[in-house]
Amino acid sequence: MTGNLLSLTIWVPIVAGLVVLATGGDRNANAARWLAVLGALAGFLVSVPLYTGFDTLHGGIQFVESTPWISTFNINYALGVDGLSVLFVILNSFTTLMVVIAGWQVIQSRVAQYMAAFLIMSGLINGAFAATDAILFYVFFEAMLIPMYLIIGVWGGPNRIYASVKFFLYTLLGSLLTLVAFVYLYMQAGGSFVIADFQRLPLGMGAQAMLLIAFFFAFAVKVPMWPVHTWLPDAHVEAPTGGSMVLAAITLKLGAYGFLRFALPIAPDAAREYAWVFILFSLIAVVYIGLVALVQTDMKKLVAYSSISHMGFVTLGFFMFAGGTQLNPYAVEGAIVQMVSHGFVSAAMFFCIGVMYDRVHSRKIADYGGVANKMPIFAAFMMLFAMANSGLPGTSGFVGEFMVILGAVQVNFWYAFAAATTLIFGAGYTLWMYKRVIFGDVANDHVAELKDVNKREFLVLAVLAIAVLGMGLYPKPFTEVMHVSVNDLIWHVSQSKLQ
Amino acid sequence: MDMKTIYLLIPLAPLFGALVAGLFGWAISRRAAHCVTIAGVAVSFLLSAFVLKGIVLDGVEPFNGTVYTWLTVNGIEFNVGFLVDSLTAMMMCVVTFVSLMVHIYTIGYMEEDPGYNRFFSYISLFTFSMLMLVMANNFVQLFFGWEAVGLVSYLLIGFWFKRPTATFANLKAFLVNRVGDFGFLLGIGLVLAYFGTLDYAAVFAQAPALKDATVTLFPGATWSLLTVTCILLFIGAMGKSAQFPLHVWLPDSMEGPTPISALIHAATMVTAGIFMVSRMSPLFELSDTALNFVLVIGAITALFMGFLGIIQNDIKRVVAYSTLSQLGYMTVALGASAYSVAVFHLMTHAFFKALLFLGAGSVIMGMHHDQDIRNMGGLRKYMPITWITSLVGSLALIGTPFFSGFYSKDSIIEAVAESHLPGASFAYFAVVAGVFITAFYSFRMYFLVFHGKERWMAKDHHAHHEADAHDEDEHHHGLGPNDKPHESPWVVTLPLVLLAIPSVLIGYFAIEPMLYGKFFEGVIFFNHEAHPAMEMLKEEFHGPVAMALHSLQTPVLWLAIGGVVASYVFYMVAPAIPAAIDRFFTAIGVRKLLEEKYYMDHLYIDGFARFGRVLGTVFWKVGDVLMIDGLMVNGTAKVVGFFSKVTRRLQTGYIYHYAFAMILGALVLMTWWLGGVLVSQ
Repeated sequence: MTGNLLSLTIWVPIVAGLVVLATGGDRNANAARWLAVLGALAGFLVSVPLYTGFDTLHGGIQFVESTPWISTFNINYALGVDGLSVLFVILNSFTTLMVVIAGWQVIQSRVAQYMAAFLIMSGLINGAFAATDAILFYVFFEAMLIPMYLIIGVWGGPNRIYASVKFFLYTLLGSLLTLVAFVYLYMQAGGSFVIADFQRLPLGMGAQAMLLIAFFFAFAVKVPMWPVHTWLPDAHVEAPTGGSMVLAAITLKLGAYGFLRFALPIAPDAAREYAWVFILFSLIAVVYIGLVALVQTDMKKLVAYSSISHMGFVTLGFFMFAGGTQLNPYAVEGAIVQMVSHGFVSAAMFFCIGVMYDRVHSRKIADYGGVANKMPIFAAFMMLFAMANSGLPGTSGFVGEFMVILGAVQVNFWYAFAAATTLIFGAGYTLWMYKRVIFGDVANDHVAELKDVNKREFLVLAVLAIAVLGMGLYPKPFTEVMHVSVNDLIWHVSQSKLQ
Repeated sequence: MDMKTIYLLIPLAPLFGALVAGLFGWAISRRAAHCVTIAGVAVSFLLSAFVLKGIVLDGVEPFNGTVYTWLTVNGIEFNVGFLVDSLTAMMMCVVTFVSLMVHIYTIGYMEEDPGYNRFFSYISLFTFSMLMLVMANNFVQLFFGWEAVGLVSYLLIGFWFKRPTATFANLKAFLVNRVGDFGFLLGIGLVLAYFGTLDYAAVFAQAPALKDATVTLFPGATWSLLTVTCILLFIGAMGKSAQFPLHVWLPDSMEGPTPISALIHAATMVTAGIFMVSRMSPLFELSDTALNFVLVIGAITALFMGFLGIIQNDIKRVVAYSTLSQLGYMTVALGASAYSVAVFHLMTHAFFKALLFLGAGSVIMGMHHDQDIRNMGGLRKYMPITWITSLVGSLALIGTPFFSGFYSKDSIIEAVAESHLPGASFAYFAVVAGVFITAFYSFRMYFLVFHGKERWMAKDHHAHHEADAHDEDEHHHGLGPNDKPHESPWVVTLPLVLLAIPSVLIGYFAIEPMLYGKFFEGVIFFNHEAHPAMEMLKEEFHGPVAMALHSLQTPVLWLAIGGVVASYVFYMVAPAIPAAIDRFFTAIGVRKLLEEKYYMDHLYIDGFARFGRVLGTVFWKVGDVLMIDGLMVNGTAKVVGFFSKVTRRLQTGYIYHYAFAMILGALVLMTWWLGGVLVSQ
């Protein structure tokens, strides 16, 4: 059973998705919903043993599976997770469950297709996190775009075609360069697509630099890093609530994960040499995007920009792998913690906006005001998530930012100085929005008619609230699984691969 | 019950109350909500008192232990843990006692408010957060408590969230505090980077060895590590303890209900910065530069915030500016290395300032939520308990001999006199001049409220409505000409009486053990040779009675008396004098400067905040939309579009054209592939 646990996390949701799809039209919508929630729950349950069975003492790749797939090119169906990826498989399965519940009544047309798209996407994303073969990773990484593209294109807002095409084109360029990079590495590695072989490969500085650029285009777009971030606000604005939740919680993490799995270990010398570029872009993301978020008038855009700013912390942390002469795991672990936390917090924020959108059909801040008068329970939950988004201690949002800032001080005080401005900007844009939307007297008739959250919405909010608080008050279980893998990674990055 | 259980129970009891009243507030009655929260805080207070007794009388050793490990990174544990020594125990008692008084008081003050249960939940949650802050044995938990009290302060300032002024004030408070936390967090980062730990004990033990360590923040400029770290940590204190120039949030925080003004914005939370610096005395003692910075900031706050107190007409704002000024006094004491004196003043101030605020709240209730002192007068006839207790609080505040405030404030002034730091002479001037100003505005308020004519009868309702921006709210209706104010119910007056007792007595009894005894031995450090102030004070101290008698010969006491007399003459005898002075100051522009609070709000709101929004708009419209989307993304798309127009001509639609292209392509790929294979072999 544990022998193919990872396969289960991939194929259980995909098969469930196909079953849901088979229920067909909207006459069987309820059956589709129940099957979807069962499938998502099963998908989540099979991912839990990955954590409970994880060997935290000896890092390394675990739950390994390998079967030849295309033997001509030595491509294998090879799976395994280490401390860098295991949390994301679980986070993804968890988010899928939340999304399926979140879409329960909101989606009324093509229910089966909607639910199936999320389930299938969940399996594909798990595949990308679990793949230890570069081509297998590539296939999952690309295939996952299709359901996301459909989710935005079919259930999205009025400008969905522009958004989904922009999203697709942005990501496509990067993907092609990754494929070229993989083929090059395959040649260099003497006919192996095993990622670990790529990481061991000695490479000259020129080759490393080219690979770093290729990976930058592939993964920086996904993260997204400044200046290739402009697709994200558009995609979020047009995506349905569930799409935004997965996009923010998981898809962005896939890009960041790519840096950890490919860019840093395959091109360590180039990564050290050009770390300043990534640090610069990350700090621009934190400061510049933080200010852009401040002036948004659309709630979803605001949270989308806030996501970019928070992901800036992630990439900043990655490139703080060495503080002076010492290895510096604070920032790298902080970055991974930030990825998980952002999964909870951004999903929750987008869900909150979805709850209001479902009632008022507007995302404009100006169309709200005084929501707390009519929806006190909702306002309390959103307060918690807004505080988490502002990085308040006791919530998950604090842990990662804190660790990255602590790590950054050890590298360069001014990096930490620029990054820490998020304390002010993050609180500024989040709480200013909260004030205008939630506080005040009832602003208009739409707000006056609001009904507080129903049981289903309460369930999603409560589960996410527990996750946010749990991780904030006791983050140790989250970091424990990554210590060995992170230390291996930063040690690896500190070693020269030049011949 | 072992001690660790007791220490755990002290913060958890109020947390339990907060959770019950908060999560189940919709289901339980008001009575149940206030009973459970008051019980929680009462348990906490009794246990705190027990702990303090153990340390003072039974010589219980300080406790320093871990509750649980929050996080491990790089082999370093970040713990949640308690350090319970005399400083902590004293703070615990002050916090829980004032909190208990405020809880009881709230029953009366918030009686008609629909958010009754929510309010009790918040103030209990605050008590929990503040206890976690003072009980911390490491920087992480300190920061936790630090931000948690900020959160509850935010929630409580905006408690009446329908009022635009309240939600403006709470956002402002949170953001200004975040500016302080920004420095604080960087300071914590430097501590971890250079000390390799965030545990107080381990950091303090290493501090002397790092006395000469330096950091280079700008190329060519080398600074002492401890100076930079201490100043950054102190920036955190400037936010939380509302020191100039981060003081701007505190007057606005008066938008919150009065009980929390007493608890959070006078007695406890705002003194967290003072507590923190005292706790860090082993670090601050090693940097004269940082101490001098602290001294000057405190002196500016003590003097200039006092001036603003003179012109306020809102009863709560007078007390708020007095709080700012007193926080400045405490900070001055820190800068003069008289940490124990700062903590002593913190304690006495907690009692008499909570008393003054709660008294002001009682007046506000009597006046039917009219807060303008110009509409009051003669209230002593109607509200005798409020009158007497407020008089006691005011006498303590201005430093009347034998009252608690006298002992702490006089010690501050003497400590500054003994300080040799460059800023000490300015600080001495500020704290001495502050005595007159404090006495003047305190008794201006006292006389206007409790003595003289009953002005609400004659007030012009219409003009008043225009003058006071808060009047749109239903909470501010005020008394009609034929109404009479009534004394508040016993739940309100009992806390006043209970707070008045320590306001009078605590200084007399506590000064000797706290300042000159062994109470803070091993807890607060000072370098006798470099900063001899405390030693000098100890030599001059001959008991509390002698100190009080000696004060009769000092100019400080006469300044205070002068302030009281001046306010009596100005506001009771000859109102024409202040009116004339007012005209004079209006003519030379000083009045305007004070009314605009030295233009600090303009600087922040029209300066920084607007600049941030303009910058954000530029980045968005020019950076994102025009440059990145316009040129790079859509530009690329246009270029692609142009080429596709050209290449479209290749799409002829004839099968044989495509087949030819396919064959050609396959040939090229195969050649490349085979070439690669051949070369590699």
